[in-house]
Amino acid sequence: MARLPVDRLTDLALGRGEPPPGPFRPAFWRSPLRGPWLTAVFGCVLLVGIPIIFVTGLLSYASYDPGLGARNDQTPGKGLLGSYLFDWPTDPSWLYRAVIGVHVLLGVTLLPIVLAKLWSVIPKLFAWPPVKTPSQVIERLSLVLLVGGAVFELMTGLMNIQIFYPWGFSFYTAHFYGAWVFIGAFVTHVAVKLPAMRHALRTRSIARELRTPLADTVPEDDTESGLVATSPAAPTMSRRGLLGLVSAGSLLLLGLAGGQTFGDRLRGTALLAPRGGSYPGDFPVNKTARSRGITAADVSTTWALSVVAGSRTIALTRAQLLAMPQTTARLPIACVEGWSTVQTWTGVRLADLLDLVGAQPGTVEVTSLQKHGAFGVVRLADNQVADPRSLLALGVNGADLTLDHGFPARIIVPAAPGVHCTKWVREVRLVERGA
Amino acid sequence: MTRFRQTYGDSPAHLVAVVVGMSIAGYAISRVNDLGILIAIAIWFVGMLLVHDVVLFPVYAGLDNVLARLRGGTAPRVPWVNHVRVPVVLSSFLFIAWYPLILRLARGYPRATHRSNAVFLGHWLMVTGALVAISAIVYAARLFRARRAQPAGPAATASVPGS
Repeated sequence: MARLPVDRLTDLALGRGEPPPGPFRPAFWRSPLRGPWLTAVFGCVLLVGIPIIFVTGLLSYASYDPGLGARNDQTPGKGLLGSYLFDWPTDPSWLYRAVIGVHVLLGVTLLPIVLAKLWSVIPKLFAWPPVKTPSQVIERLSLVLLVGGAVFELMTGLMNIQIFYPWGFSFYTAHFYGAWVFIGAFVTHVAVKLPAMRHALRTRSIARELRTPLADTVPEDDTESGLVATSPAAPTMSRRGLLGLVSAGSLLLLGLAGGQTFGDRLRGTALLAPRGGSYPGDFPVNKTARSRGITAADVSTTWALSVVAGSRTIALTRAQLLAMPQTTARLPIACVEGWSTVQTWTGVRLADLLDLVGAQPGTVEVTSLQKHGAFGVVRLADNQVADPRSLLALGVNGADLTLDHGFPARIIVPAAPGVHCTKWVREVRLVERGA
Repeated sequence: MTRFRQTYGDSPAHLVAVVVGMSIAGYAISRVNDLGILIAIAIWFVGMLLVHDVVLFPVYAGLDNVLARLRGGTAPRVPWVNHVRVPVVLSSFLFIAWYPLILRLARGYPRATHRSNAVFLGHWLMVTGALVAISAIVYAARLFRARRAQPAGPAATASVPGS
């Protein structure tokens, strides 16, 4: 007797009987290369790479010193997620440059590995029945957070460094909380899959696999994982060919982007990176004066810097600042977007400025002339203000600052993230920490 | 213990791992919820997942199937399929990473930097062209070598490295 379609629909809804056609049937998946060993190799790379990206991300978050007060804290609702925070050091001066360079470049580099890992496990997305046990229900839910989180963090990060914001929320907030959602799912996934990964890695030798040509490439020996094709097509690419292709993709992305981070001499090699290319006689500008509403009138001869401590205020013209003892320091500007540059800055020590109003180094709030955009007001910690290399810079590389680099005066602090090196400074004010 | 496994479907350690990981994720979600942007973020979270699973994967798997069919039943002297795959896949990785600059979608870029974002399409095409050219040259070299080794018989195809 022919079964009524309604029965068939009930079966499908309950995950009984024949799976629906197409990708839900094992025979649909024909690649002879998919298998637990291949997935484990990609997983192994991500198991090393993702914790590095996560930790450097957390360090970058700490470098903004959210504890100094509301001005620095873009995520006041962070709760326990900020419980590890510490005062960001000023030594070594390249600290932030290294942290954010690794974070961004490793993220870019791992993109092909993540895509390859997703390719290698995609038959599981269509496994039928979708869930058999309670353990699978929660595990599959965690996979939504894992895969959604991985793609979300990678793509929001990549889009942010290209200054592309098609969404309606703050990148900073979303990338921060997204990272924690993802890492929760990652912890679950690693704990659940680690034994399977270790077992799968033992089934084949990577050295032998790298010597196996196409003619000797056969499907993996496994029926448990649901990854190995039940009716595999003849291979058209060896396993080493696939691993080589994915690795080449990673190296290509890194090679075409690394120059924006490694140094100004290599910047021209960064053909596909937001801050690559050539800057003759200059270095990259994060946000131009025009984009922040700075006009010539704002920085004319009437400009004066206010230094405030308690009831004492002093106004200093650029000429007066230039008449003070000048300090020169070779320090990096490192942007949260991953690019960096090392330049020679000259200006007045922040500690000397506070001395003029009879104050010891403490937490200061720096206000920019900028009319709009984030980080117009930021706080610097006691240790940053006290460092003898922390300057109100008036010049760079022996010349006056240009308007785009922060004329008439900008902050430069060793190891601080770029957005804390405020440009077009209007006021430096001693404040109570946290208030 | 067996009863637990029968009901739950896995070991208690599995449950612990899931509870710990999901507690971290759940706590972060509760923090986002306080900000009132949970729905917007969730849409992008799931949206990007769907873009991969329902758009990107079917498109590239479909294209690869077309490629396999073009290859036909008879094996060529030197298989060319990977000489198409490799440059296309490498170029696609670059595109996926930098499409906002390549397609000039990143309007914020010229606004913030006052630098043109018109160079990126050219750079991407240049790199893609170089990849295609290298792949074609390697293919031509392999074909030349296979022709010269012709008298040796079919072993010549099997011993081609790198595929």
